[in-house]
Amino acid sequence: MSDTAKSDMPTPVAPPAKPAVGVAWLWKTRWFGVGFIVLLLALWELAAASGWVPSMSFPRMSAVLATWWELIVSGELFGELVPSILRMFGGYFIGVALGVVLGLLMGYFRFFYSLLEPITEVLRPIPSPAYLPIVILFLGIDDEMKVFMIAFASLFPVLLNTYSGVRSVDPIQLQTARTFGVTGWKLLWQIVLPSAAPYIFTGMRVSLAVALIVMVISEMVAASSGIGYFILSAQRGFKIRDMFAGVLTLAVVGYVLNRLFVAIENRVLAWHYGYTQQQRN
Amino acid sequence: MVSASEPFLIIRGLRKVFAAPGGTTVALNGIDLEIARGSFVSIIGPSGCGKSTLLQIMAGLAEPTSGAVFLDGRKVEGPPRSVIYVFQQYTRSLFPWKTVERNVAFGLENRESLSRDEIASRTRQIIALVKLTGFERHYPWQLSGGMQQRVAIARALACRPDVLLMDEPFSAVDALTRVGLQELLRSLWRELGLTVVFVTHDVDEGVYLSSRVVALSRAPARIAIDLPIELVHPRDQIVTRALPQYLEYRGRLLAQLFADEGLVATEAA
Repeated sequence: MSDTAKSDMPTPVAPPAKPAVGVAWLWKTRWFGVGFIVLLLALWELAAASGWVPSMSFPRMSAVLATWWELIVSGELFGELVPSILRMFGGYFIGVALGVVLGLLMGYFRFFYSLLEPITEVLRPIPSPAYLPIVILFLGIDDEMKVFMIAFASLFPVLLNTYSGVRSVDPIQLQTARTFGVTGWKLLWQIVLPSAAPYIFTGMRVSLAVALIVMVISEMVAASSGIGYFILSAQRGFKIRDMFAGVLTLAVVGYVLNRLFVAIENRVLAWHYGYTQQQRN
Repeated sequence: MVSASEPFLIIRGLRKVFAAPGGTTVALNGIDLEIARGSFVSIIGPSGCGKSTLLQIMAGLAEPTSGAVFLDGRKVEGPPRSVIYVFQQYTRSLFPWKTVERNVAFGLENRESLSRDEIASRTRQIIALVKLTGFERHYPWQLSGGMQQRVAIARALACRPDVLLMDEPFSAVDALTRVGLQELLRSLWRELGLTVVFVTHDVDEGVYLSSRVVALSRAPARIAIDLPIELVHPRDQIVTRALPQYLEYRGRLLAQLFADEGLVATEAA
């Protein structure tokens, strides 16, 4: 499978593979886009160095990178990042687990759907920063609060997608399982769950991005450590290069997490890509 | 070949009525049928006549409005252990996340209390029987249509059912693949002493495969013809299909179907 198909970017109308003529090969590689990023960074450097953007809030890229490197080498950045990542994963996995369980129950048992659908629809649209103050009242400003915030926000995308996944299980698969005497919880575990897995992964991917956002927000509002706290306090202390370094760090973290996720997804759902590819032909 | 006819599968006064927004539809209107152990019965009829509904009720996948199905003296309520249903849509009934061997082992893992080794060896055996050795680790969607339907048959046979209920199993494959599958099914039926109920809309297929053909009328379906097929075994796709006896069976069944559909099958002079 091509790299494009594996990446998480939606792949609209794939351009027909024409034999490369002239320099056309150039923009067919990933390096073309990477080169564009490098170009933008160079422009940044130039803009800051020549004073096009006359502001102390706009340091040269090279200075930001130098500071970033120092923060990495000194271990300071990792000191902030590690607790952040741990909170994020803690909340994310709790949210995903609950989302899958509730989504399966709602999709599979009418009782749970009737019970939980209204409350889901009421709670889901509330932006997480809005209930953050309430959560602080009950859980304080420590890890419990952040893990709760992240878990709660991660829950809904997984829940909704799992529910849709369960609803779209092919009835013929369910009937087939029934003729082999597979019913009830066994049916849920053996047929419904794997069949809904592509949907569940879609939800998990959305939730991963949400978890990262909520992690940073909750650390900016109330924390004494973490990457969100680091970025905000750098800005308040006029350590502008540190601030940019923190944001760059998040870019890298987000990128790595997503690549990791895609790699796992491709392994677990290899059958799904093959199957849908086959169906299309 | 066919053993002494003790009624093994009994269908009594079966009615099925579907409630729809625009009124009710009577799909089956009092079907009575007795099927002997070890027989191969084809059910033919115009499309939409309720053939599949009848088969699903026999499989315990659907409930009759009234009447009942008895298997070996016991009323069918829910899928019986000794009956396996093979769907027409093999691409949808095979589990795409399981390899061929996992698909074939599915029934064994869930129905029987066998050790891992026993499951593995039985799976291997049955895969060899449908001539898919070498494809154990493939996924169903990597195989051709005919091969996929063989996986579905293997999965059904792995549990050593007494009865195989097949709903137009070969209608989605090309003509040559279909011949191969027909021969495979015939040999499995004879070898394993199965009772097969085979739904098809293809009269030729029904006559060639079966020891008995039951033609249903248009919905609300009743039995229009119940025809024992006394063609000798072993059969041959070319020789058997040219026998006068074969042609007579075929003619009678087609005439019934055409009449039922109000179809004029003669070219104007």
